[in-house]
Amino acid sequence: MEASHAVSEAVKMIKPAVVAAYPITPQTHIVEKISDFVADGDLKTEYIRVESEFAAISACLGASATGVRTYTATSSQGLALMNEILFVVSGMRLPICMTVVNRALSAPINIWNDHQDSISARDSGWIQLHAETAQECYDLTLMQFKISEDKRVLLPSMVCMDGFTLSHVYEPMDVPEQVKLDEFLPDYKPFHAILDPEQPLTLGPIGFPSHFMEFRYSQAEAMENSLKIIEEVFDEFNSKFPVEIEKTRPKKYWHTENYKTEDAEIILVAMGSVCGTIKDVIDELREKGEKVGLMKLITYRPFPREAIKEALKGAKKVAVLEKAISPGANTAPLTDEVSSLLYDLDERPEIRNFIIGLGGRDVSMDRLHKIYDMTKNSQGKKQEWIF
Amino acid sequence: MAILGLPEEEYFAPGHRACAGCGAGIAMRLITKAAGKNSILTESTGCIEVVSTPYPETAWRLPWVHGAFENPASIASGICAALKALGKEDEINVIAFGGDGSTYDIGFGYLSGAFERGHNFTYVCYDNEAYMNTGIQRSGSTPYGASTTTSPAGKESIGKEEWKKDIMHIIAAHGSPYVASASIAYVQDAFRKLKTAIETKGPTFVNLFAPCPTGWRFQGEKTVEIAKLAVETGVTPLYEIINGKHKINRPNDVSKLNPVEEYLQTQGRYRHLFKPERKDKEIEFIQNRIKENLSLLLEMAEKGF
Repeated sequence: MEASHAVSEAVKMIKPAVVAAYPITPQTHIVEKISDFVADGDLKTEYIRVESEFAAISACLGASATGVRTYTATSSQGLALMNEILFVVSGMRLPICMTVVNRALSAPINIWNDHQDSISARDSGWIQLHAETAQECYDLTLMQFKISEDKRVLLPSMVCMDGFTLSHVYEPMDVPEQVKLDEFLPDYKPFHAILDPEQPLTLGPIGFPSHFMEFRYSQAEAMENSLKIIEEVFDEFNSKFPVEIEKTRPKKYWHTENYKTEDAEIILVAMGSVCGTIKDVIDELREKGEKVGLMKLITYRPFPREAIKEALKGAKKVAVLEKAISPGANTAPLTDEVSSLLYDLDERPEIRNFIIGLGGRDVSMDRLHKIYDMTKNSQGKKQEWIF
Repeated sequence: MAILGLPEEEYFAPGHRACAGCGAGIAMRLITKAAGKNSILTESTGCIEVVSTPYPETAWRLPWVHGAFENPASIASGICAALKALGKEDEINVIAFGGDGSTYDIGFGYLSGAFERGHNFTYVCYDNEAYMNTGIQRSGSTPYGASTTTSPAGKESIGKEEWKKDIMHIIAAHGSPYVASASIAYVQDAFRKLKTAIETKGPTFVNLFAPCPTGWRFQGEKTVEIAKLAVETGVTPLYEIINGKHKINRPNDVSKLNPVEEYLQTQGRYRHLFKPERKDKEIEFIQNRIKENLSLLLEMAEKGF
């Protein structure tokens, strides 16, 4: 199945009451397929064909505040256009779920993959999960609803998948029976603030300096607490839905998928579809006796500190491969976070940052070998661009 | 205090923090009275949002949600869709409202989108003709010649140099079944129009004229008087566009209009038209255009447009 359609298929099974979305390349296959489902009567949802992504997320806000399960999907400029309301939604604690098909941000305009869009939304208070494969897109979509809607969380979430290199790629995958899914994700029952004339509430008031910080604190606390709930959902998913097809997903979902890291002296860190290529490179290097592994990061927000420390402990060198930049920063965003996390360790690995694949630039096995060699031989600067 | 002929229930509670004489405050009482208990309200950022919801207090006795400045029409779209999914669309009224800054300017595209999609909701603009919450800056609704903090009158400036945007006809052009202009000075008329808008299926629109003492620079006790003068001078004619056809409520005779300067002279925002010396050409220009606009409205109504 095409990865985009895997997401549409998951949405069909999840049955959100309201979908509001606007087309943008490379997200279009998801919403077109959902449109087909609605047109054919296979999905009963109120699908609002809005006039922009800003309207999409605003309509989701209204629907979610009225107490129904709500979904949207976007990409790149669309996510940037939503930015203002991303913060409003998380501040209001509305469990809206979104798929972000990762694409570069303009200028120059570019429709191909990198992670600048979702990385730039990292502080918006949304849970962020990153998929490598079509199966993961599907599974993480099922899981995101369960996580967001948990009363201990009540935060919006985005599942991120790479534009084209994943969204438009066909992969073998397994789709569980509806009945098993319904058991995993029961119908949505809102229990916090909703718009109901029988119990009139005021949502989205003005918060003065006397109260604002408490709002922010409870939001940050919910994000922190969500780590544990995400783990519970991973555990439940792992036991209810064991791997059907090898290599289409991690054997067990967790915040990180650690590939051959146990004895690794050098660990590469990355997110998304490039991890597939990295695994192949690692297999080649392992055959040559190199002690190398991959830490694939699935949960990016909340930042899974302990899982990352656990995965990277023992590594002498860590190379973080990023498809996003923060101009003028120390290094790229994920590298900075990994570095500051590992600063507390007694034995700190050498940390490198490689900028890869911006705007759809191919990340070939050759380039990954080069990254490994540079890391192993400590060549180049702290941050290197792999053109 | 009961208003003659209107429901006594108050859903916009006293104790909110609006200025004395706030026209928008009167507008809120009228909107909520027309809406009644089974309603969901969504509002843009603005004066009323700020004065009515200082957490943990609220003036709203109806469910009310605020998202941002520009998106009440989009939020209303989502509420309508959710109510439809819940099978409650015929039970609950959805009313979105915002000031003229939100309606005429920053939220204009989203308003257009929601009207094009045909959601079953009513949008009310409480029109006080400038960005009052941020300190009296000009909007697309600010009338010609009004001095605001971003269109100040000066040696080289007459105040705002553009005519007010014709929001009524722009909204009507979306095919809305009911578009009306109303004024807080004519409460029974405004109530009837709000009620009609809410009861009419589809996206409906009311532009509710609501003077702002702070922004227009007049004493708070004059709000209703000034709103009444605006109608009597033809500055804000009260009319309806019902399924595309005009119905003019008042005034309905161009030759019997009170001179516009009777209205202009009541407000500090027009003071420069009279002092230090009277600007006859400008006043005449405003007067003529008001007459032309009203003539056109009357002509359209007469010819069945």
